[in-house]
Amino acid sequence: MRRRNRAVYAPLWLTYLFFYTPIAVMVVMSFNSSDAPFVFEGFSLKWYGALAENENVLHGLVNTLIVAVGTTVVATVVGTMLAVGLARHTRSKVLEALGTLPAILPELMLAVGLIIFYSAVQFTLGLHSILLAHLTFGIPLVAVVVRVRLASMDMSLEEASRDLGAGAVPTFLRITLPGLMPGVAAGALLAFTFSLDEFVLAFFTAEPTEPTLPIVIYSMIRFGVTPDINALATILLAVSCTAVIAVQRMTRLTESFK
Amino acid sequence: MFFLAPGLTLLIVLAIVPMILMLTYMFFPRGRFGGVVYEFTLENFARLNDPLYLGVIGDSFVIAGTVTLLALVIGYPTAYAIAQLPQRWKTIALLAIMLPFWTNFLIRIYAWIVLLSGPGLVNRALIGIGLIDEPLAFLYNEGTIVLGLLYGYLSLMILPIYSAVERLDPRLREASANLGATPVRTFFSVTLPLTLPSALIGAVLVFVPSFGNYVVPELLGGGKAIMLGNMIRDQFLKARDWPFGATLALVMILVTCVLLIAQAVVSRRVRNA
Repeated sequence: MRRRNRAVYAPLWLTYLFFYTPIAVMVVMSFNSSDAPFVFEGFSLKWYGALAENENVLHGLVNTLIVAVGTTVVATVVGTMLAVGLARHTRSKVLEALGTLPAILPELMLAVGLIIFYSAVQFTLGLHSILLAHLTFGIPLVAVVVRVRLASMDMSLEEASRDLGAGAVPTFLRITLPGLMPGVAAGALLAFTFSLDEFVLAFFTAEPTEPTLPIVIYSMIRFGVTPDINALATILLAVSCTAVIAVQRMTRLTESFK
Repeated sequence: MFFLAPGLTLLIVLAIVPMILMLTYMFFPRGRFGGVVYEFTLENFARLNDPLYLGVIGDSFVIAGTVTLLALVIGYPTAYAIAQLPQRWKTIALLAIMLPFWTNFLIRIYAWIVLLSGPGLVNRALIGIGLIDEPLAFLYNEGTIVLGLLYGYLSLMILPIYSAVERLDPRLREASANLGATPVRTFFSVTLPLTLPSALIGAVLVFVPSFGNYVVPELLGGGKAIMLGNMIRDQFLKARDWPFGATLALVMILVTCVLLIAQAVVSRRVRNA
């Protein structure tokens, strides 16, 4: 084969430069000893220490973890069932669209619709209202990832189980689910990452005294930048990156773009 | 039905019902403390016809359109380059495109503030090499809004285009080359037309969240330039005029739907051609 012209790769390097320069600068700044958030003077971990004493951040973190764990548990169970149901038990395009539509709508639309709905049924706001809001994206997300896995699985085992007289539920638990586990775990991790980072839905559906971490970060950025945001941002980046790399290992997520 | 019921019930109650409820709210006057008074009215639609609102909607189109065009111009060659990589590098290259998308959006926007602010790295570097004496005001204008949105959603353009270039049958390009076409001619007559529907999918995926965004205009626009998303947010959380907020939201839903339908029609045409 003819050797490719290396100039083809130039746009790729420029895109990476664009993507990673701001992130890299921020990470470097998080280890800064200076009190100014944008000027680097020397290496220090003091901003990580400052975070541990920032009560707003800790409160937000606890709230976020509660919401994210709750969202992950419900979205994983329900999303997996939805994926199996859509793939194996119906051919309806309408149900299929219903299962993915909420993930396509702009978050702001869902947020606005939800506060109207919550107020119409006189639902009190709190962590549970954020959790429910996150399910609108979490369930379709898990369902999509699990279906990619389902599509690559051999259906004849399930058919054999049904032919031998096992019902739909035992077949699912004993045959389908074990093979599905990498997809389920990947979906769970993505749902967790999504909920951990989600801002718009949380901002609209939160009770003001119980903010999640992204809401705390938003007000930190908006009302006075202090260097401890750099440290917090670096920690959150590390968590998301670890999760996405783990998902890639479990599902070869990138293969789904072929 | 056992498998479908919980998921579909939750999605209908938490997404479809609220959307329908929001659509009905447009036909009522506002209540005093948020909410509505149940009397039929079309006044909310009449209020849309105001240069202030129409101007903001127009600005949102221009900003989201600029972001989409830039994403296409940057995203296409990037996606094309990934598809040319040796197999073992493709996974890593794609992962590096997806990673920023899966990290916290606020933090990625904040990273630009660190970089571009008055005492930030870019200004200090420019002063350091003697190009400028005083820090430049990079932040807080429409240009930085475009930059922030592009940064936020560029991945969504690259992934579908990569997927299309990757699926392209290499024999088509070989045939074109064997028939005497130059690589440039082959690109414009074979590769580009066949990957265009995916570029359109990417364009919709970038345009929709850019058009509806309110975080970037708020943080990088400095609250001066506002977009439709900011206006909707203000109607709900500040002015407490939910019916008018819902009417503005309808504009956003209509734009989203029209784009999704247009994209579906175009890709079907191209596939059948």
